[in-house]
Amino acid sequence: MDLAALKTQLKNFVQSMFEEGVLDNQFSQIQALQDSTNPNFVEEVITLFCNDAERIINEINRNLGYQNVDFSNLDSYVHQLKGSSSSIGANRLKLACANLHQASDERNKEGCLQALQLITCEYCLLRRKFQALLHLERSIVELETNQK
Amino acid sequence: MLSSGGGSDSCSKDMAVELGDEPHVLVVDDSLIDRKLVERLLKNSSCKVTTAENALRAVNYLRLGNDTLEGTVSEVNMIITDYCMPGMTGYELLKKIKESSVLKEVPVVIMSSDNIPTRINQCLEEGAKMFMLKPLTRSDVKQLKWHLMKCRS
Repeated sequence: MDLAALKTQLKNFVQSMFEEGVLDNQFSQIQALQDSTNPNFVEEVITLFCNDAERIINEINRNLGYQNVDFSNLDSYVHQLKGSSSSIGANRLKLACANLHQASDERNKEGCLQALQLITCEYCLLRRKFQALLHLERSIVELETNQK
Repeated sequence: MLSSGGGSDSCSKDMAVELGDEPHVLVVDDSLIDRKLVERLLKNSSCKVTTAENALRAVNYLRLGNDTLEGTVSEVNMIITDYCMPGMTGYELLKKIKESSVLKEVPVVIMSSDNIPTRINQCLEEGAKMFMLKPLTRSDVKQLKWHLMKCRS
């Protein structure tokens, strides 16, 4: 596939993520920060985000596994995940965090478990899409490098 | 985004950013992603950036509380700090900076992901230059830069 076609494919793919509400405009801001002096910026941010999100989701899982849930601890983790999601433009994941935040506020363990399921779902979807996005990005970089 | 409004904007020559100089900004945030984003935004705006992952590290970097060493660190023209951080909050860091005779003139900007009016007022009353909602955008950074460049001889 040629470079122009790959770029169009990437653009359309990101556009579809906006339309599905998976990503919001904040992600465009991040893309705009990538340039020739920072050619891997998007990949770096996505990698940081995914590592962080997985760590937090695991912690939340662990916390909810205890008989007596430490809800203030849980609050802190949800806040972190909501913040990261917001910063990268992960719109649906951010909204899923709001659910967990509410259930945690209500000290509703069952509600928290349900909300966590949704978060895990949304995160897995997002990660899959990010992986596809990065694959396209890398193909583009490879082609661009070969053309030089 | 809110600013502290008019009032006394006395900018000493020492704190002034001369035309052509790169302002040095200290960014304090416990979120790795946010540090990275704000750093990139600032660097793209020709700022020199130092990051700290919590308020204590910022205090140590600025040598706050140490009368002889305060202000000897490579001059910081602005401090941008997250509000919610474990241990010392951004608000507590702001207070410490305002207590310092050397560093109290350095503009401090507070960032938060939460839009809580009482929190915002609390920070502005304590002397924060601006309060900004996260995530920061390019136009937010333009505003910051304008505030920095405004103080020049």
